[in-house]
Amino acid sequence: MAELEGHQGEHPHGSLYRVAGALTITRAATTEREIAALPDPLTIDLSEINRMDTVGAWLVYRAVRDRGAKVIGASRDEVSLLKQVGEFDKPARVLPEEPGGFTRGLRELGEWVAETGSTLVGLLGFFGSTLISFANVIRRPKRFRVNAVIQRFDVVGVRALGIIGLMSFLIGIVIAQQGSVQLAQFGAQVYTINLIGRITARELGTLMTAIMVAGRSGSAFAAQLGTMKITEEIDAMRTIGVSPIEALVIPRIISAVVMMPLLSFWAMLMALLGGGVFVWLSLEIPPITYIQRLQEVIPLTDLWVGLIKAPVFGFIIALAGCFQGMLVEGNSEEVGTRTTTAVVQSIFMVIVLDAVFAVFFSNIGWI
Amino acid sequence: MTVVPEDLDPKTVPEGCKPIIEVRGLRNSFGEQVIHEDLDLTVCRGEIIGVVGGSGTGKSVLLRSIIGLQTPDTGHIDVLGENMIGRDEDEAKNIRRRWGILFQNGALFSTLTVAENVEVPIREYFPYLKPPLLDEIASYKIAMGGLPADAGPKFPSELSGGMVKRAGLARALALDPELLFLDEPTAGLDPIAAAAFDELIKSLQKRLDLTVFLITHDLDTLHAICDRIAVLADRKVVAVGTIPQLLALDHPWIQEYFNGPRGRAAAASYEHEVTA
Repeated sequence: MAELEGHQGEHPHGSLYRVAGALTITRAATTEREIAALPDPLTIDLSEINRMDTVGAWLVYRAVRDRGAKVIGASRDEVSLLKQVGEFDKPARVLPEEPGGFTRGLRELGEWVAETGSTLVGLLGFFGSTLISFANVIRRPKRFRVNAVIQRFDVVGVRALGIIGLMSFLIGIVIAQQGSVQLAQFGAQVYTINLIGRITARELGTLMTAIMVAGRSGSAFAAQLGTMKITEEIDAMRTIGVSPIEALVIPRIISAVVMMPLLSFWAMLMALLGGGVFVWLSLEIPPITYIQRLQEVIPLTDLWVGLIKAPVFGFIIALAGCFQGMLVEGNSEEVGTRTTTAVVQSIFMVIVLDAVFAVFFSNIGWI
Repeated sequence: MTVVPEDLDPKTVPEGCKPIIEVRGLRNSFGEQVIHEDLDLTVCRGEIIGVVGGSGTGKSVLLRSIIGLQTPDTGHIDVLGENMIGRDEDEAKNIRRRWGILFQNGALFSTLTVAENVEVPIREYFPYLKPPLLDEIASYKIAMGGLPADAGPKFPSELSGGMVKRAGLARALALDPELLFLDEPTAGLDPIAAAAFDELIKSLQKRLDLTVFLITHDLDTLHAICDRIAVLADRKVVAVGTIPQLLALDHPWIQEYFNGPRGRAAAASYEHEVTA
């Protein structure tokens, strides 16, 4: 920029910094460097300046404060600007104070332990207050919010039909295709039907639905409640006398518990359909044979295994979502992290429980 | 229809006025609902103009149109001598640099500290400015906003309502703006904090040679610091002038507003203060 030229030279009493043109934020970094490069005692000549903003004034002020520089040739406006900037010289920290190194690591570890502990205790407490609210609602059925529950049924269940159906259909095709390739090596392609039938009914129908519901509804629960927490809607409810657990958490839990088995059943059907289409087109097994075969190879207990797990998974997903949502405090970033935690936690717990269920059902002889 | 004398007509540019904002023939609508129709307004350099109007008369929409957050249906808007409508983002940036805005609820970035909030515009436009200079600039801006130095490392969620406004003001002042937009700066503050905030705006306006465009409901603010007042009603600016000038009009809303119980109380206390 040609409008500003710094002249640096030897002055009878030390070094002289003379700027012409505008002394503003636009050239702040250069000006700072140039001033820093000059030796003491420093004189700053402002006589050729036509514009100075607070940043320019700050640079000059700082040179005067720290290095005892002399300012010459300043107009009245510039002198008053320098004075004003000086008035506001109150150094503030940018970030909260942080202890360094070892102490910090120790503190973070401690905080993590404390936080995990209090989260577990909090989850237990949340579980308890949900049960109490359930009891209250059962004792006084008038307080049951039918409309809210039906609305959640729509959001959690009906609107998920499309995506869950499509996903299951495709998974049915993939299992059939992969299975048939492997089984063909033994000339046992017809067992593809056993594979599709049993794996969808026992495991995949419910598990994939649970993962989809966690991603779709568990996250939504956490985000909704978290946002309501930030906008103080939940506090407002409490002060009006509406229990947020009754009004917000219970409808969500009921909807997830009721919708999960229905959606799982739907997912099983669609996966069987997808497998059937593949088997028909690729292995040339006609649909009627496919259905007969399914009846023969899938014991009814397989369906029970799948459907018994579903409401439990639904409960866990809704509980984790609502709990994390209620934990949100402070800023919008926390809504995001809490939502992520809700989804990760619920999927993790669903898979752990699924393993427990698998062992349990084998032991009672539902193989 | 109220007869507005020519010197209070929003189209008239007062004598000796260097327009910094010029709005002509503005029309804004949301679907069927027309908010502004044929709205004119001129803001002069160096003045504090207060914009008043009942709820839903489109004060905030007018502000959003001027700062380019809302594209109007028709009309001309010149800010700082540049046409604002249909500007591409790069050109608009050069104009945006020259103004500062304090939103009604502060609109501080909640994941950044107050000092970092103030640094955001500086970093955006002058990325080569590095700490410690950057932090020093943020510090004196925070002091200018009337905050104590220990507010710098605090997060917005740790601040009171008044401090949020001051932090928002510090951020609005970050780039030494020529033009300051304030959307209801004293709303939600207690009377003492509100009066202090008025004082702060007045003194900053004088010291930094600012032009202030101020939307408010606060009659005390209007009396204490505004040079001229623009009244929004009937989808346009009906008149612009000082309070005594406006009081001479027989517009029902203006009479109700300034001569209602609150208006009289504010006027009385202000006169009392002046004569005392």
